[in-house]
Amino acid sequence: MAAIIKVKDINKSYQRDNFEVPVLNNISLDVEEGEFLALMGPSGSGKTTLLNLIAGIDKPDKGSILVADTDIAKLSESELAKWRSHNVGFVFQFYNLIPVLTAFENVELPLLLTNLTKKERKEHVVAALTLVGLEDRMSHYPKQLSGGQEQRVAIARAIVTDPVIIVADEPTGDLDKKSADDILLLLERLNSEYKKTIVMVTHDPNAASKAHVQRHLDKGDLV
Amino acid sequence: MKVLKLMFKNAFRHKLRTSLTIVGIAIAVVAFSLLRTVVTVYNAGVDASAADRLITRHAVSFIFPLPYSYKDKIQQIDGVELVTPLNWFQGVYIDKDQFFARLAVDPETVFKVYPEFILTKEELDNFKKERNSCVIGIEIAKQYNLKIGDIMTIDGDIYPGRWDFVVRGIYKPKDKTIDGTQMFFQYDYLNERLEAESPMRANEIGWFAIKIKDPNRSAEISVKVDKLFKNSSAETKTETERAFQQGFLSAVSAIITALNYLSFIIIGIILLVLANTMIMAARERTREYAVMKTLGFSAKHLVGLIMGESLLISILGGGLGLLLSFPVVDGFGQAIPKGMFPIFYIEPITIILAVTAALSIGIISSIFPLLKALNTKIVDGFRFVG
Repeated sequence: MAAIIKVKDINKSYQRDNFEVPVLNNISLDVEEGEFLALMGPSGSGKTTLLNLIAGIDKPDKGSILVADTDIAKLSESELAKWRSHNVGFVFQFYNLIPVLTAFENVELPLLLTNLTKKERKEHVVAALTLVGLEDRMSHYPKQLSGGQEQRVAIARAIVTDPVIIVADEPTGDLDKKSADDILLLLERLNSEYKKTIVMVTHDPNAASKAHVQRHLDKGDLV
Repeated sequence: MKVLKLMFKNAFRHKLRTSLTIVGIAIAVVAFSLLRTVVTVYNAGVDASAADRLITRHAVSFIFPLPYSYKDKIQQIDGVELVTPLNWFQGVYIDKDQFFARLAVDPETVFKVYPEFILTKEELDNFKKERNSCVIGIEIAKQYNLKIGDIMTIDGDIYPGRWDFVVRGIYKPKDKTIDGTQMFFQYDYLNERLEAESPMRANEIGWFAIKIKDPNRSAEISVKVDKLFKNSSAETKTETERAFQQGFLSAVSAIITALNYLSFIIIGIILLVLANTMIMAARERTREYAVMKTLGFSAKHLVGLIMGESLLISILGGGLGLLLSFPVVDGFGQAIPKGMFPIFYIEPITIILAVTAALSIGIISSIFPLLKALNTKIVDGFRFVG
């Protein structure tokens, strides 16, 4: 199977006050289409930074990142924003739902950037929320949902645009075991049934065990 | 449409904070409108000045009288259409707090020179016929519940004694910029009594209003008038009515200037109130803006969200303030003696200024939080702990 994500010789460092802190050192990585990859490593190892680079929300200092044949390292900020809206679904550790919007409206948010009609948007949102088992919670606000339910809304938001890849940063990090298992099951289902390519950052060996491939980072190096 | 809905929801996320900001803006707009109204009504006399009227007064000071006989001499000057004498009477009506202008005038000419005071022919004829008749403005009639035939008794101070006047006319101002709070009575009534009681003060007048045929000749005619009385015992100073009014207000011009500045300082205060709210709101939503950027929302969307929210709050505050300004200004106008501010209403320019200020403040207040939101990298936004 062809690699849908090709990370080649990337370096990334951050400026902290007067210090330059290297985060990633000459990382190269391929992720095949339909693969479920877990990036593991201790805090500060650079796994979230690598995920951010793959998702196009940060840029490498050096190297190239090809996602579905687009070198996203060369895109401008506005081109990247447009690219992200079409190609990447995001799942965050703390869900990051908009508190003043209902579950339906949160999931609908990325669709506002498309040319879909209101009716079409509704169909997509209902389908996504049904897929994550929250069809009966559409009009609920985030504060009216449990942590597990909030994360499922976030997953529905991530898949509603039918993205090429889904990136998940510690998706179970803020959940109890039962809810975490439900979320992992959902991600597995998205991967196996809907053939979604998933890149997940996690500390949790149990979560990582659900992935096809596990890669470990340590002090900015893939090991 | 959904972004608009999000903007509305964001604006009222902290209902108490937003409500207090709106009330704060509203109070400031009321204060602004009130101060601007005071400033504009002070200047109303200047603004209402006719271009075809000159005022001739004593060259030394307005308080010194001129001989009544100057009237006929001025009338002879080429370009002069009509001259009317006016004399400040003052006196006390009911008590010293009841202040309004009381003037001794020539009934034959005064309403020809001042056509903005509208009187029916019948009322004018009656005013001319009776020596102790008077004409009052409609605002005075309303305030003191006076009607035709009523007696107004005034205790004289500049001209001592008890003075009884019969109301024979109630004039209406041409429009709302014209003072409807004046009282006119016959100069002859005053002069005849002065001739009897204090002849040294008789046949003198405060000033002359001159209606000229061509406003473009005002400078030339002013020079001619003053030249006519050069080296006399009562030299004159003639100027346009506008210049005369401006000179009259110069004594309080410092206060007016201060009020003018104060009204704009209030705009600055509103700006700080709203900017503070917007900065707090944007700071709290740093992570949400990062999420939106991650989802593909562009700078244009964030500008719409943040500036829209700021504008929404400023428009609501400004609108509420303007709505409240009308009854507040009206109440203030009722509470103060009529003669102090003969006309007291919110001018259209005040409304335009308040609306412009509210909109400008809405935009300016959003600039800092907007720049902050746009310049914060997504990854930094996610790391932000508010």
